Parts: sequence; C-alpha cells; structure tokens
Amino acid sequence: MTTIRIDGRDWPTRSDINLLQACLEAGANLPYFCWHPELGSVGACRQCAIKQFSGPEDRKGRIVMACMTPVSENAIISIDDPEARDFRASVIEWMMVNHPYDCPVCEEGGECHLQDMTVMTGHNTRRYRFTKRTHRNQDLGPFVKHEMNRCIACYRCVRFYRDYAGGDDLAAFASHDNVYFGRAEDGTLQNAFSGNLVEICPTGVFTDKPFSAVYTRKWDMRGAPSVCVHCAVGCNTIVNAREETLRRVLNRYNTDINRYVLCDRGRFGHGFVNAPTRIRTPLRIIDGQQVPVPTADALTAFAHMATKGRVVGIASSRAALETCFSLWALVGAKHFSTGQTRQEQECAELAHALLTRHPGALPTLHEMESADAVLVLGEDVCATAPRLGLSLHQSVRQASFHTADNAKVPRWMDAAVRTLGSECPSTLHILTPAPTDLDSVAAETFHAAPDDIARLGFAIAHEIDPSAPPVTDLTPDDAARVARLAQTLMAARKPLIVSGMQYGSRALMQATSSIAAALARTTPAAGLSLVLPECNSMGLAMMGGLSLETVMEQARAGEIFTLIVVENDLTRHLDPADVADLVATVPNIVVIDHTMTPLCQHASLVLPIAAFSECNGTLVNQEGRAQRFFQAVFPPAPIQAGWRWIQTLARGLDPSTLPVTGLIGWGSLDAVLAALATAFPGLAPAAMAAPGGDYRINGEKLRSQTYRASGRTVIRSFVSVRDQPPPASPDTPFSSSMEGAYEPDMPGALVSFYQTPAWNSVQALNRFQFEIGGPLRGGPSGICLLSPAENKNTQARPYTYTTDIPPPYVPQANVVLVLPDTRLFGSEELSMFSPPIMERSSAPTLGLPANTATSDRMMLHLEDGPHVLPVKPVPGLPADTALCPAHMVARAFRFPRMARLEDFPGEGERT
Amino acid sequence: MTAASERPLTAMIDPAMGPPDCATYERAGGWQAARLALGSLTPAEIIDRVTRSKLRGRGGAGFGTGQKWNFVPKEPASERRKYLIANADEMEPGTFKDRWLLEGNPLQLVEGMILAAYAVQAAHGIVFLRGEYQEACVRLHRAIGEARQQGWLGENILGSGFSFDIHVHSSAGRYICGEETALLTALEGRRATPRSKPPFPQTGGLWGAPSVVNNVETLCNLPHIIVNGPEWFAGLGLGEDGGTKIYGVSGRVAKPGAWELPIGTPLRQIIEDHAGGMRSGYQLRALLPGGASTAFIDTTALDVAMDYGSVEKAGSRLGTGMAIILDDRTCPIGMIRNLEHFFAQESCGWCTPCRDGLPWVERLLDAIEDGTGQDEDMEQLDRHARMLGAPGRTFCAHAPGAMAPLASGLKLFAADFTAHIQQGRCPHHAGAGP
Repeated sequence: MTTIRIDGRDWPTRSDINLLQACLEAGANLPYFCWHPELGSVGACRQCAIKQFSGPEDRKGRIVMACMTPVSENAIISIDDPEARDFRASVIEWMMVNHPYDCPVCEEGGECHLQDMTVMTGHNTRRYRFTKRTHRNQDLGPFVKHEMNRCIACYRCVRFYRDYAGGDDLAAFASHDNVYFGRAEDGTLQNAFSGNLVEICPTGVFTDKPFSAVYTRKWDMRGAPSVCVHCAVGCNTIVNAREETLRRVLNRYNTDINRYVLCDRGRFGHGFVNAPTRIRTPLRIIDGQQVPVPTADALTAFAHMATKGRVVGIASSRAALETCFSLWALVGAKHFSTGQTRQEQECAELAHALLTRHPGALPTLHEMESADAVLVLGEDVCATAPRLGLSLHQSVRQASFHTADNAKVPRWMDAAVRTLGSECPSTLHILTPAPTDLDSVAAETFHAAPDDIARLGFAIAHEIDPSAPPVTDLTPDDAARVARLAQTLMAARKPLIVSGMQYGSRALMQATSSIAAALARTTPAAGLSLVLPECNSMGLAMMGGLSLETVMEQARAGEIFTLIVVENDLTRHLDPADVADLVATVPNIVVIDHTMTPLCQHASLVLPIAAFSECNGTLVNQEGRAQRFFQAVFPPAPIQAGWRWIQTLARGLDPSTLPVTGLIGWGSLDAVLAALATAFPGLAPAAMAAPGGDYRINGEKLRSQTYRASGRTVIRSFVSVRDQPPPASPDTPFSSSMEGAYEPDMPGALVSFYQTPAWNSVQALNRFQFEIGGPLRGGPSGICLLSPAENKNTQARPYTYTTDIPPPYVPQANVVLVLPDTRLFGSEELSMFSPPIMERSSAPTLGLPANTATSDRMMLHLEDGPHVLPVKPVPGLPADTALCPAHMVARAFRFPRMARLEDFPGEGERT
Repeated sequence: MTAASERPLTAMIDPAMGPPDCATYERAGGWQAARLALGSLTPAEIIDRVTRSKLRGRGGAGFGTGQKWNFVPKEPASERRKYLIANADEMEPGTFKDRWLLEGNPLQLVEGMILAAYAVQAAHGIVFLRGEYQEACVRLHRAIGEARQQGWLGENILGSGFSFDIHVHSSAGRYICGEETALLTALEGRRATPRSKPPFPQTGGLWGAPSVVNNVETLCNLPHIIVNGPEWFAGLGLGEDGGTKIYGVSGRVAKPGAWELPIGTPLRQIIEDHAGGMRSGYQLRALLPGGASTAFIDTTALDVAMDYGSVEKAGSRLGTGMAIILDDRTCPIGMIRNLEHFFAQESCGWCTPCRDGLPWVERLLDAIEDGTGQDEDMEQLDRHARMLGAPGRTFCAHAPGAMAPLASGLKLFAADFTAHIQQGRCPHHAGAGP
C-alpha cells in the first residue's frame, strides 16, 4: 500500500496498479475506454488523461495517461486540472467525429459506456462539420450484431477476442480513421466466447442478436442474480426480463468463477425458456391424446394414481437442490432415484469422494489462471466446461508474467507483457483422446484411448510418489513422456491436474486424483479439478439415490405403479428399448418439466415447471459451491417452482403416507432449505448460499429494477388501466419493482444489475468492488460445501492410491472404440432448445483417425441400430477409435462402447 | 579508405559503375573495419569508440548511437538471441538519403551491420526495407549473397567465433513502420502499431528479444569510425556533433539533390552553394529543414548550422536533414494540406487523437484551400496543433510530427490563412474563387 494525492486529497492505494485503477478505486469519475480490468492497459484511446506533478513545487505538471502510469509513492495527480479536462473532452469529440447520432435507436443506449463517458467529460457540442466515414456491417452469425459505424476504435474487441480468448476470426483491418473491426468476410464468429463482445465493446458495435429480437431498454428490465444451467461450472449470470418474459442473460461478476466472461452456450442457451417447446399447462392423456387440462383435473388424476401403488421419484442433475429434495421428501429415500445411469452416478459420486479426499488445493477458476503447470487428462474442457477451458488458456501466460516481473514491467501493461512473453514456453499439457481447442496453446498434446491416458496418469503419479502403484509395460516413448511430465509438475509451485466425466472413465478421474495427491505431499498448492456434466451434478451426488438401472429392475418386476420424473429426459440416459420397457411396465408416468422433451410424449401426466429464470433455487457446481439463482420472471399459473409442484401433489395425498411430514407446510424456499439441512447435513450450508427471503436493507426489500423503469401501468393498459400491485414472492428478498434498496455494498449474491450514479453500463461493476478485479464489496456469492479447511482435517488420514489400473486398450477386430464427440453447441440438453444455439450446432459427423476413413460416409452400428454418418477425419485420433456426437446420433448414447463400423453400402452405387 | 575521406559515406558511390562488388569494396578500403573489429577489438571497445565519435542517430531522433547500444544486455551472441535491425524504411516525404547509400554501396551497410551486431553481440541481422525500394532490394540481396559467399556473413566470421547473418525484409508499406517499435511489430507479422516503452527494444524488442534498430546512414558511418578512429570522426563535424551528414534539398531550387557534407554545415550554404539557390523567378519563402515532420523555418533562420542542437534552437528539428523548400509562388496552405493528407492517411489508427484528429485537420485545410473555410476553422486548427503537438498525448510521435509544419505554418502564414477565408478562395490560384 502507498498513498497518492488526487486533486489535493490523499488516498491510500495499492502500489502494483496503475493510476486509472487507483482513481477509480478512490471513487473518482475518470473516463476510459481501452482499459479493461481483465485486459489490462494499452494506452490506445487516450481518454484517461490526467495531470501528474513531479512534486509539491511543480505547478505546471504534465499530461499522462492514467492507465499507462504506475502508481508511485506519494504521486501527485489531478483529474480536475483544466488542461486535462480539456484534453479528455477533446478525445471524446474526436471519437464523435465518426460516431453516428443514433443513440435513440441504438440498442446500447442507456447502458452505453460511451454515453456515460461522454457525459462525464462534459463534451456536448460537435464542432466537426464535415462528412462522416461509413462502414459496411457484417453478418457475424446468430449471436452478435455488428454496427461498425458506431466504432470508436478502442481495440478492446480484438484484444479480448484474439489475445484473451484465443480466437482468430475477428481482427482489426485497414488503418487511420478507416480502421475496421470484423471478420475477413461475413460469417459466424467461431470463438466460444464471442458473446462477450457485447459487454466488452464500450458502445453499440457488437450487440446481443437474440436480445435484439425482443429488445427493451436496460432501465425497463427487471434483473435477477442467476446461475448458468448449461454446464457444471456454475458461472454467475444476470437474467433480465420485462413483461414477464426472459429477455437476455448477462455476465454477473463472481471473483472466483467467471469474473468478466461467459461462454456463448451460457449467454445464449436461455432460449429454451421462451421456445415453442415450452410447456405452459398441465397435459393429460385422454382418449389416447395428450391434451391440456386444468390444474385441478391434473391434481385429481395424480391423487388417484398415487393411492393405488408404489410411487418412485426420478430427480435430475439439471434440477435445483430444492426440487430434488422435495421429490425425495415425497417418495422417500428408498424410492428416490438420481435419474442417472449407474455409470454416471458412480462417476459423479467418485468425483465428490476424490475432491473431498484430496490433500492439496481445490482451486477456483480464478486460481487456475495462475497455475504454473497444468495437466489435462482426457477431458475436452472447451466443450464440457468452456469457461474453465478459458481459465486454463489464461494459465499459459504465467511464464510471461514472470518474465515481465524480471523486466520490471507491470503485469497490467498488457501489450508489453505479451511482447516480452511472446516466446515463453506454454505450461499446459494435454492428454486427450481427441484434439481440443486448447491444443494450440499447449506445450504438449498427446492423443490416446481413455484407458491408456489413465495408465499414463497412474504412471506419472508413481513417478512423483514411488509409493503410488506402478504401471507396467509402458512403451519407452510413454515412459519418457511420463518422466517428462512428472518432472514438469514437480518443478511447479502451483500445479493443477484436470479431468472429468466426459469419457465416463472412473480410471481417468482416479489417475488424476493420484497425480494431484502425489504432488500435494510436497506441494500443498497442488490442485485438483474434475469436470461434471450438469449444473447440479455435484448437488445430486451429495444426495445420492437409486440409479436408473435399479429403477428399471423395479419397473420390470412390476413394482412401480407411478413414476414421477422431474426435469429429466430419460431418453438421454436410457436406450430406446429400456424406455419402451419402462412405458410398458409402469402404468403412470408423471413428467414435471418446462420443456417438451421426447420423454413427455410417453407421460400420462405432464406438469409445467418454472424454468431457472422463473423461480428460485440452489445449484451445487462441480467444485462443490452452492449458489442461489433468483427469479426475474413471475410466471403465470399454473407454472411454478418444482418444489411447489411437488408440495401441491403432496397436498392431495394422505399426510400419514408421506415420509417427510413437513413437506406440506413449507412456506418458502428457506423452509425447504431448513428441512434439507436436517435430512442432508452435508448440504446444510447450501441455505447460506445467499441471504434468505427475509433479508432486508434498512427494513426494505431489494429492488430488481432501476429507478428509471417506466410504463408499468401503461404496458398492460390494453387489459386494464388500473395499477396492479407488483408480483411478490416469499422466496426472495427482492421486490419485483423499482421500489426498494440498492447499493454497491449489498450482498454479492443479490446484485441484480449494475448501475451507480454516472455509470449505466456493465462497467458500473467497478463501483461494486473495493479493489477492481477483487471480491465484491458485499461479500462472495455462494458458499463452498467442500471447503479446503475440511480437506485439511482429513489430511491426518494418508491418501490411499487406488490400485485399480486398467489394462492397455487393445483394438479388437471389426469394431472400433466409440467415444463421445462432446460439442460446445449440440451436446448440452437445454441449450439445444434455444434457437440461436441450434443454429450454431453443426450436423453430426463420425470422427475417424485421419488415415482410416475409407469413404465419405460410413455406417456405425450402435445399440439402437445402424447410423449412416458423414466421415470427418480427425488428425491425431488414436487408431481404432471413432468419435460420435453425444446425444445427437443415438440419443442415449453410452460410452465407451465398442461398435461395428462399415462402409456405407449405397456409396458405390451413387458414383 | 586508404586515406581518410572527408566524404566517407559516399566516397565509393559511383552511379556510372554501380555498387562495388566485394573485391572492389575491399580494394577501396572496405572490410578493414570488420577485420579489425572481429580480430582485435572487444564489443565494449567498439561501443566505446562509437560513443566517443559523437555519432547520433541519422533517422531523425538523434539519439547517441553508442548510448543506445549500451542498454543492450551484454551476453555473448551465442548465449542470447538478439537482433540488429537496419531501419531502411525511408518514407519521410522529401527524404531519399538512405536510398542513395543502399543503392550506391550496399556492402558498406553490410559491414556497418557486422560491426554493430558484433558490438551488441547480435547473431541475427534484418534490413527492414521500404517496399518501394526495389532496386535497393536487388542490390542488397546481391551484396549480402556475395558477402556471405566470401565469409563476411554466416557462422564463425573470420574464425572469430562470432556468427551473424542478414535477412532482408521488404516492407508491406506504411510510414509508421519507420517508427522503431512499429517496425518491430510489423516484423513480427502483426499490425504495424507502435509499442509502449518499457520494455525498450534494447531489452525486449523483436519477439521479446533484445534488439537494436539503427538507421541505414548511422550504420554506414561505423566502418569509418572504426578504421579512422572516433576523434577523426568527431572532428569531421563543424559543431557539437560528429561526422558528416547527407543533406538534401527539394523544391524549386536550381539543382535539387543530396550531398554529403560535414554535419553542422549552415543551411544557407547548402541551399545556395550546393542546391544552386532558387530557380529563377522564385523566391525562398520558408522551408522544412529535415523532412515533412519538422517545423517550418523562414528566411530569417537561414544561417542556422544544420546540426541537432542548432536547428532545435531555431524552432525546428534536424530530422533527416533533407530540406523541402516552399517558394513564394506556391500556396503554403496547399503545401500543409498536402502534408496533413499524408499524415492523416499514414496514421496507424491506434490512438484516438491521431486517428481522428488528423483527418479533421486535413478536412479543415481542404475547406480553407478550396475557399469554404470559416473563421471557426482557425480555432479548430489551433486547438489541434496544441492538443496533438505536445508529446505524451498521443501514443507515438506521429501526430506531434504532423503538427510541426501545421503549428509553425499557422504562425508564419497567418495572413495567408486569413486571406483564404476572407476571399473565399486560394489567392495563389489564379481564377479560383467562388
């Protein structure tokens, strides 16, 4: 810490930052464009000019760019200096030379950083009297709109897209005042993080295309803190709604997880909520036809079913804890299934066990960015946990930071650090069956079958800790690779080993855990991270329950009369034959879901549940962090939260038959969580993931709209001109309107939008942090259930290495090992109901090693029959393996699986 | 070079003969310096000699060459990757001195690069050549090929243990590439955008490695300094600075051209004795002493000595030493407009004031010259000259350079500006007007 003087007032400040950051942290309104907390300083826009004085005697001073000037002991600066003010106003005026006068029709209007900064500088009259330069805009695909005429050339977009996110199809073209940011030609932006351009761009060049179709001003929308449901990373989001429809998803800063960046699946996957596939009323089969019925009718039907025989409940790893738990309370532990296959469930429970046992660190995504050696074992994190992949991508910069430190160049001096580090070796090592998007920044990649990768992993663990079981019969190449990787990891101060469930391999996860544990003996910071498939996989693993195989056995034995399936499309887990068996043997299948999944057509009763944007609940991410999502939408009845549906069903039953008596009396989400804490002590802290529904600031609820929200009476005047009371829910501390408290210090879990005086864009976020890029003023969002402290306690017990090392993969005649080709767009269930994501998902292909494809199309025999697929050569794919898109070809594709591969017979005749 | 020449840089240049080959070059005294340096001098001794010679960078900034080298980490070339780069991206309007050296005696540059590379212990040499210099490119390639064949480039030169080779990079062409950090960025295959310092190129330059960027003329001086000694070189200059300088004059003089003269030769002498004075019917009105990015000086300053310090005292810069003459029959505003058009077009587009300010200036000048200027336009020109002219406000020196002729022109030609706006036409343009 040091002290600097800003306009005559002394401020304590950090010494390793620049003057712009120091001014902003001191609460000053100093405008800027090209600087971004995550991208650092490059000094392009010249907007943050201030006066710096050489000492108390210096009256003249000199203009410096605050973002490019390090904080120095007792620095004396002035923001108010007339010359500096004049220059800043000039910079805006120059930007306005070509910026159009289109604020009223621009979708950035009202949350535009350029608007905020323009007002901040005081510039209001353009003196430029000549013609403006115009550009041609591009079609950049389904996610991002392009309006280049608004560009002020701050270069943030390309710095984010290329330097930070590793994309290569967006670039700066041309020069002088004709500089153009776009693609070489029209076409879809390929990077998985393209949607962040919407927030990175300080004005309206890149805007949210799906939002554009249902556009409304920021100030007219209700906001709610939420959690992404499209993978298990648990990125924090803000959902925005108006007229009780979800309009868009924005990034919500969580210092440990997603920070400033979301992946495109998370940002644009929400389309399933408003898709035509949405279920809005109860449906019942009457005379063989599924027809909408009144709720009362549905409830009567259920009461009838439930009294006649055993009720079994199937939960889902994409349903909230409260929903799963209420189902558990309705059917009882003995009849509660996790809705996963045995393999999925065992893997998830193993992940939980391994993380709990790990003697080292369980790093957050942010901590992963500073890992100095990373080994990924058999997981394409870019597809299964994209945001985690981006953190690993950042970790490769560690070496350049050390070079910069040695050269005394501050780490935030972005261009300089990248120049100095341009030939620093990567610290990322990837062992996967198929190539991944991270391969291009990896020091080493190696492709092998999952079992062979696991063997390498076990061998590395043995190399690090000789007491770990050895792996015999390694080839000399593999032995050398093992020795090299072990050396690299042992030399690191903060090594990280990553794996996951993508290939359904317990051995892979165990090998990963063994390496991390072996390292942790001497390196306590040795990190372990395991990627799980769904947003609540970990929560469900901590609850436990029957596997789908057990449910199938009971069904075939005729023991199930009614099956309640909550938010789970069983056709993704069970082969078509099993689904047919289930339908044939279980008289009543009740599906409670928000989306018409293929399972719904087999249901005798379908009940419409609230989507994540319409209810409140808790999800446990893959690192064991419980996080609360809140509703931005108050859905019309009968749509309601899952636990309320289950409570409603329970009310129709004889209370004495219920395993958990409290179920009927739960009045709010907090009551559900209290009951959950009793039944599952391990999940008890989940109640503290966010303040409860009774939380108040100065006796007030928190507002979820800006004070500028308009038209709440007018908007429904075609129905009635009477003012309606805003909707309310006992589950949240939010008011649904502009009334209530809102301040930068409010709890981090309850930030529903970012706005502070003079800052209307997302960059108002700076005001919610004491240190920019640090924790939120109001404290963390969410709570870790697997705390490192807990791991320390178990350290007394020595880590026991598994001795269950798989044999090498041996190709068999006439069959190939089929592995899932998990895709960023196409593999995840809910996002595939979202129109823009559907548009981005490409047609299924069959990936084969580059030299084995004998024709353009081949036939793969899976359990549900033959599939003819176009062949895509995959360089590096191990021999006798094939990549098949998960859930796109065979819906319930289980893996790894041996399958027969044939030339497509029609191929010869066609030519 | 047997007898120390008073025009060492151009002594061997004979347009009729073409550039000397290795043998001719050696007969005329070439390679002596390289032989001496690699045979018996340490890198530190070379740096010392060059520092004492008072050689300052001939690209325009005038930084001490020995001083610049001193910042380079001292590891031997075999232990650390370092680069020596010849800045041959000569794009300053009115400047063609490096072209003369490149086309006339490319081996002199090769030898100079060997010396500089040995001094800073760089194994990799690059000539960053202006794209349009196609003849120079051919001759450089020929010279480098021959030098390599004769063992002056490559592994273990003269058995000294020092290895060095030169690669010629023909620029894709932008003025900003002449700025040393933009040059490095361009060499890396990226947009030619200047870089912030630190890191300075000497410690973190091309691909992060220590790099020295020297102007062609600067490098060509080195063999002569090594052979004839720093005192001889320092003594060649008439004032504070050492050596000779290639001066040039373009515009309506009797004999436009370039001449190697002692550094510090008075401007009047260059114009009157060497360029033959003004063409008949034309009067000298003002001039840019060292290229387009230097400030105008008028006839009252003609006796200024053309060295770094004196020209600066006269309110301008020595720059490249290649003067552009404004005569009394040419519209000064037309000339400034032409210059600002060039600078606006050559802005790299990185920082706001330069990218969007220079085109505004250009359009204001267009309007004034075309007769549609307004009184407020003068305020805008003043504001731009003030805002863009001070260093530190823009990312690099491009905009301050662009403002030098404008700011000085606004003072010197105030009456012309007023006349244009009041008459609604260019008074120099017969028949023009509303």
